[in-house]
Order: sequence, then structure tokens, then C-alpha cells
Amino acid sequence: MSDHHHHDDDGHAREHDQPLSGPALRVKALESLLVEKGLVDPRTLDEIVEAFETKIGPRNGARVVARAWVDPAYKQRLLTDSRAAIAEFGFYGYGEDMVVLENTPKVRNMVVCTLCSCYPWSVLGLPPVWYKSAPYRARAVIDPRGVLKDLGNEVPDDVEVRVWDSTAELRYLVLPERPAGTEGWSEERLAEIVTRDAMIGVAEVTVPAGSGR
Amino acid sequence: MNGIHDMGGMHGMGPVEIEKNEPISLEKLLAEQGLVTANELETGRAEGRAGVEGRLGAGDVETLLRNRKRARRDDNVPPKFKSGDRVVARNIHPVGHTRLPRYARGRRGVIDRDYGVFVFPDTSAMSRDPKPQHLYGVRFAARELWGPAASARDSVYVNLWDDHLDPA
Repeated sequence: MSDHHHHDDDGHAREHDQPLSGPALRVKALESLLVEKGLVDPRTLDEIVEAFETKIGPRNGARVVARAWVDPAYKQRLLTDSRAAIAEFGFYGYGEDMVVLENTPKVRNMVVCTLCSCYPWSVLGLPPVWYKSAPYRARAVIDPRGVLKDLGNEVPDDVEVRVWDSTAELRYLVLPERPAGTEGWSEERLAEIVTRDAMIGVAEVTVPAGSGR
Repeated sequence: MNGIHDMGGMHGMGPVEIEKNEPISLEKLLAEQGLVTANELETGRAEGRAGVEGRLGAGDVETLLRNRKRARRDDNVPPKFKSGDRVVARNIHPVGHTRLPRYARGRRGVIDRDYGVFVFPDTSAMSRDPKPQHLYGVRFAARELWGPAASARDSVYVNLWDDHLDPA
């Protein structure tokens, strides 16, 4: 993150000449305050932000999914020993105990944590607010089809929905179906279209308009 | 604990909304812990330096992120169940921590997978006793949990430990 370095005292003073509007400014003000109080070391903050921005996050999960789509042997390893198969990428961050759930034309998987906010950080980064929200946690287990429908992802009656309540230190990643129209795509190109929400299981992967051949 | 955190199946929470800009509410937590004052948050200016020990250094970040404590254990504890076994989740209401969600208590399910030996959070959170035991993925039919209005095809998989389960 290149615009993150403003930890000198002059930078601090300039920042507070501006009216605070919007979350970004608010976070910067809070950061300045904590640095000024000596509660955080700005270099540590930079290191953590850098890790979550460039090293840990849903791009890691997308690379795992894309490889599973192009490499059947990798997919097999991923489904039988998910943690070890993910570790092959050598991602920065810790290796959680992972279980990968494969979507098929007849089975749709969806992940929730009804008790708190358990989430596969190593491959998806920080959980989105909606994942931690009361509406999602309450409704995902009792009415998964309703939740998916509201999110624009209606499931046909003849498709089975499996909801995985993440109640342990064992985290789930959904392996979405590879969309039609991506035949012959490279692993890198496929990784670009895999979304975070598809790997939580509330969306399907689609080919964005304009990226067709 | 039968608390409001245990939300699975509750009604009246409104729609799930995927926000464009996700809010950050660290301020409240910092104030509650006495690390910053309300006035400091209001003005954005520190009223003196905090005396905090054990501040995380930049060089420790990678180690911290790589070495999260794992809950999986090597203890040689025999499993009480195997894949395919029919089980019933105990109808228990401990006043302390539990990972057995209320909606599953007393319900019948089938062991989907044995994930191996893990720390048991119900006791490790309360008395620091790890009580390592087998963790399973247990499949509950949606109709067993929610009645005849639920889809006959669907199911909920819950991670439960030996101490949450009895044979059915």
C-alpha cells in the first residue's frame, strides 16, 4: 500500500486539518491517534496491512480454485487433504485445518458460522461484515434457499443444498463449479473470475461480460 | 451458554445485505478497554502516551501470522463413532461455553466424517482443560432440524465432538 505512509508528525497535523468524512478518513484519524499514544508501532501496522492487502486474502483462495479446475490430480489432493494441498502454494500466513467442499450440478455447498464468525482466513482473508451479521447467521441454516434467492442465486428444487456450520477450528472453502465458456483458459485467467462470495458458497462463478473470447 | 450469539434459526433479523463499504468499529473496543478516551476519539489528538507493554514489532508480524495455535492434537484418543454411525446430539444447556448450537440439541444425525483429535473448546475455554477428543462432521437432515416445511433434500453439517454425541 503506497499511500499508507504518513506517520510523521507533520502528516498527522495535516490530516486533522481535513473534515472527517467517510470510513477511510476515520480509520486514518484513529491510526494517527494510536500511533501518537504509542499504542501501535506504525511499521508494524504497515507490515500487517501489507500482509492482508497483498499476501492474505481471497486471491489466494481463487488460485487454489483455479488450479483445481485445470489440474485433476491437484483437485483430488485438495479434496482428500485440503490443508496439505493448499500448503503447496506456500501462502504467507498460517495453515489452518481446512476442508474443501465441491459444488456439482446436483450439490450446492454454503458456509456459515452461526455461533460467531469462524472463517478460512488463510485463503479468504478477513470475513465480510454480512458473513458476521445476525441476519446471515440466523437464516443460513434454517432457510438457505431463501438467502441464496435474495442474493440472486436461486437454487433449483432438484439441487441439494448443504449448509456447513463452522463450529470448530476447521475451516471450509467451497470449490465452485467452473463456468461454461472458459474452456482453454489459463489458470491465471481463471483465478481472476473466482470471487470471495463464490468460495463462501453464496454465489456462482460467472464469466464477466467482455471477458469472453 | 444459551445466549443471543447462538443465532442459527432465529427469525426477525431482516435481510442479508452485502455492503459496498464495510464499516469498522474498532473505536468502541479501544474505548471499552481503556486504551483511548472518548475525548481522544472525538478530537483525534492524544492526551499523553500510553504505557503498554509487549507492543508487537514489525519483525514479529510474519511469525505471528504463521504460528497461530492449532487446535488439532496428536493425542491417541480412540473415536467413539465412525462414518455412517447414527447419533443424537445431547440435549445439554451448559452455562459456560459450548460449540453445540441450540438448534442441533436433541436432534438425530449421521456421522459424515471423523476429522481426528481436536481440543474440546467447551472445556478449554472455561477451565483450560483441552480434553482432546474426536471431532466429526455430523449431517442433520433439514427436516430433522426444522420440520416438514424444510426441503427434503437439504441438510446442515455441524462440527461436533465426542462429548456432544450419543449413539442413536
